[in-house]
Amino acid sequence: MEHSPFRWLLPIAVLAALVAAWEAVVDLNNLPPYVLPSPLAVMETLIKDRVVLFQSMLVTLQTTVLALIFAVIGGVGLALIFASARIVEFSLFPIAVILQVTPVIAVAPLMLIYLSTDTAVLVCAWIVAFFPVLSNTTLGLNSVDPNLRDLFRLAGASRWQTLTQLKLPTALPYFLGGLRIAGGLALIGAVVGEIAAGSAGQGSGLAFRIVESAYRLNIPRLFAALLLISLAGILIYAALSLLSWFVLRRWHESELGGPA
Amino acid sequence: MASPLLRLEGVGKRFANSTTALEGLDMEVRQGEFLSLLGPSGCGKSTALRLIAGLTEPTTGRIDWNGAEAARDADGRRSIGFVFQEPTLMPWASVFANVHLPLKLAGVSRGKAEPAIAEALELVGLEGFRDAYPRELSGGMKMRVSIARALVTKPRLLLMDEPFAALDEITRFKLNNDLLQVWRQLGCTIVFVTHSVFESVFLSSRILVFRARPGRVSAELSIDPNQPRDDAFRTSPEYAGLCRETSLALARAMEAR
Repeated sequence: MEHSPFRWLLPIAVLAALVAAWEAVVDLNNLPPYVLPSPLAVMETLIKDRVVLFQSMLVTLQTTVLALIFAVIGGVGLALIFASARIVEFSLFPIAVILQVTPVIAVAPLMLIYLSTDTAVLVCAWIVAFFPVLSNTTLGLNSVDPNLRDLFRLAGASRWQTLTQLKLPTALPYFLGGLRIAGGLALIGAVVGEIAAGSAGQGSGLAFRIVESAYRLNIPRLFAALLLISLAGILIYAALSLLSWFVLRRWHESELGGPA
Repeated sequence: MASPLLRLEGVGKRFANSTTALEGLDMEVRQGEFLSLLGPSGCGKSTALRLIAGLTEPTTGRIDWNGAEAARDADGRRSIGFVFQEPTLMPWASVFANVHLPLKLAGVSRGKAEPAIAEALELVGLEGFRDAYPRELSGGMKMRVSIARALVTKPRLLLMDEPFAALDEITRFKLNNDLLQVWRQLGCTIVFVTHSVFESVFLSSRILVFRARPGRVSAELSIDPNQPRDDAFRTSPEYAGLCRETSLALARAMEAR
């Protein structure tokens, strides 16, 4: 089963069957496109509106990637500070938890009051992406093999040597796991931010196209935008999985079977 | 008798949770010997090893390095190799990089360390595995890498904390033989913690039997260091007799309260 073509063919066949069933349901019942557009109609809209839709996709992707980069900088940076002084961890971790458990959709309106639209959307995406990076990296930095730590002490390793040659490599698989979660969450954060902002115009992302299409009952376009958001999510996940595989393939159990 | 390398005098160790691991421990390590610390689990023999390594400080008593200069290398650093119960390798680094570690931390570059690393790998019979990763190796091979890493700095004192306890018997016998060969070849001092009577008798020139709660030395046995240690010895009546004697000493240590 591991290497048989069924591993690829089966999920594709299931997906194709679902799309065919969808098309059949729409055709047989003569459903109007504003109730449920057929897959073909969605594809047509995707091609017809490609300029505006892909533009929006780029905006959303850009926000997501930027938020992810800031989440990595903030999350890893704070985790390193946590690891160097437990007192900082005790003092600051509750605040990070509050940031995490407060639904971002509830915070978004406030952000929009204080910040420009673009920045507010970026901050929303950052808030949700930041926590998994922080908590996973902290967990990783605290997971050092105590015997290896003793070995470093015995060899008279400096703090810097212990950090770069022991703690960071130990934390790497944990960090990459957190990053994969953060990638998906950053997209969700960006979408939530865009929906809350609801601003029309040039620089608006895919989520705004969805809201706009819903108001105009342009359901095929709504589906097309939805499809592109899924595609953006898959792209981000695939890119991060590939990164994880590339970094860990030689030594970590999680990546021995090839990229996920 | 060989001169002492270090001496523990009245050493006690109490942990923060107020368990007493050691109390009034007097023992010495002599230059060039193969000393086994034998005892039931929880008797403080591993703690004694960590005290000697300087990984933890005694609560009472003192550790006297009378032969201190013999235990230091040219840079004046205390020359100690430590092998843990688990191989304790860095999974992200190749065999070569794992063995390089102690030298790397001392600032010796890859190129400069290369001959020492090659030599250490040859000593443990892993010349062909320098580019392998730990996960690709068997348990016995991982332990060999761990030993090579401890040997790469050419320590005068090698401390081993039940290194072969997790290995199967066949692998353990093989590693026992190879360890003795390394010991003779390098002429270093080895302190070996074990709970196996048979292993301690096969390897040691001297055995200290520990008793538990609180941990201290209960008996001392010497074995002729010139006795060849090979498979013939392992099946000889002398070996059986020594094992019997040691087992009795261990049984007495476990009864004593």
